[in-house]
Amino acid sequence: MKTNEKRSEKQALYLKKIKKNKIFVNILRVLIAVIFFGLWELATDLEIIDGFLMSSPSRIIKTIGELLADGSLYVHVFTTLYETLAGFILATVVGTTVALAMWWSENFRKIIEPYIIVLNGLPKIALGPIIIVWFGNGINSIVFMAFLTAVIVTTITMINGFLACENSKIMLLKSMGANKLQILTKLVLPSSLPTFISCLKINVGMAWIGSIIGEYLTSRQGIGYLIVYGGQVFKLDLVMASTLILCLLAGVMYALVSLAEKLFLKKY
Amino acid sequence: MKTILKLESVSLSYHTKDGEVPALKNVSFEVKSGEFVSVIGPSGCGKTSILSLIAGLIKPDEGRIVFNEKEVKKPDKAIGYMLQRDELFPWRTIEQNVFLPLEISKNKDASRKKEVLSLLDKYGLKDFKRSYPQQLSGGMRQRAALIRTLSTSPDLLLLDEPFSALDYQTRLAVCDDVYSIIKNENKTAVLVTHDISEAIATSDKIIALTKRPSSILDIHVTETDKTLSPLKRREDANFGKTFEILWRELNDEN
Ligand SMILES: Nc1ncnc2c1ncn2[C@@H]1O[C@H](COP(=O)(O)OP(=O)(O)O)[C@@H](O)[C@H]1O
Ligand SMILES: [Mg+2]
Repeated sequence: MKTNEKRSEKQALYLKKIKKNKIFVNILRVLIAVIFFGLWELATDLEIIDGFLMSSPSRIIKTIGELLADGSLYVHVFTTLYETLAGFILATVVGTTVALAMWWSENFRKIIEPYIIVLNGLPKIALGPIIIVWFGNGINSIVFMAFLTAVIVTTITMINGFLACENSKIMLLKSMGANKLQILTKLVLPSSLPTFISCLKINVGMAWIGSIIGEYLTSRQGIGYLIVYGGQVFKLDLVMASTLILCLLAGVMYALVSLAEKLFLKKY
Repeated sequence: MKTILKLESVSLSYHTKDGEVPALKNVSFEVKSGEFVSVIGPSGCGKTSILSLIAGLIKPDEGRIVFNEKEVKKPDKAIGYMLQRDELFPWRTIEQNVFLPLEISKNKDASRKKEVLSLLDKYGLKDFKRSYPQQLSGGMRQRAALIRTLSTSPDLLLLDEPFSALDYQTRLAVCDDVYSIIKNENKTAVLVTHDISEAIATSDKIIALTKRPSSILDIHVTETDKTLSPLKRREDANFGKTFEILWRELNDEN
């Protein structure tokens, strides 16, 4: 705290400037949303645009209110959250395990690499019909879709993280007589923690894509279902409301992972 | 003094897709217990390879390496390896870093741990046990790396250009520092460097290598005053003479 006492006037000015800038940025951020929704509302009120086709902020709020009132919002949110989380966790566990096996055996890595590259390039939605045949018309198919969307990226990100471990550090451990398992646990895993956390961040997004695509293909409930259903029966209010809820959920989940990042990565 | 390390007609080639790279050809030398020996030669000549061979990380194609009267076949706790960069793990505190070799060798001996901690105290890292490497200066980090190497109480230290990543001023100071710790703890050392002055300032014996595939160009016994620190030895009258001889030898050859 010595520096605090000695803080010169210029430093104080500098800090003030930074703070001012932050406030300015935040105000503009909020302002953009206010203006956007305000103009939208105004335009529909003045019938410049068609509220039936474009919906409007007040209609969206009303729709969310109705969904809350009849309790169906919880069911839909819970369903999609469950699918996304299950797909996310499965993809993280399986992807990391496969990457570990690829690190452990160079031959295994060489053998499966082309398959992984092909699967990575394949739009996962193309597998939709097969997944439905295999897992049925229900939640399992959607979880699998979320899993599939995230698992390949996880594998690729994690194996690259493992392989990025400095060779000189591996040599150092070997000179201490370390075996492969010790190299893994003492060096490769801890040094890959930052990669793992950024992989989680990517995975959250991937799993959302997967679960919504899954719900588009086959579902009776969930946010993705609401969006598709709303589109089919021309309830644009419902489509917009669901999209907004989806944005909020994805934002919250991303914020949670970022928080985990802050907690774990202090030392790196 | 008894011989602690012996290389007997060691040859080594690396095999790559582009062909065979001969690195060492018929290299023989001896290191006596308590000696400080330098290996010098142009970059890429095979100095690191020699240390990797002694450390048991790779095997020679021909010849053998004898350490403490046994042929080296795999890494040995009694040999400590120190690399160019300190290679401290950033997620471990200094204390956890210096305990790493003990963890690897599953040494749970509490008295050994105590001795390692006392090394930290003795060599000026007392207040940094719980610090992370990023919080230390380059010189302090290299000292921590040396204490990590000393933690399993090895007889022989292998130092692979341990000062070359530091700036010139720091390099001279850290070299003095590391040298005095090694002498203080009565260790034998093999230092690899491409810096002729550093070799003369620290060593009892200098092994000069030819360019690749390396064989031994000359083994030079230094005549500087060994009671002086490496920094002081640079002012010794014999220092300049030896420098000139080695400089000419290496230049003529390469
Ligand atoms: N793992 C390896 N595979 C192939 N060639 C190598 C390998 N390690 C070193 N070499 C080659 O062997 C020669 C000696 O390397 P090295 O012992 O690292 O030299 P120095 O430490 O003297 O710079 C160099 O030409 C280098 O390119
Ligand atoms: Mg080298």
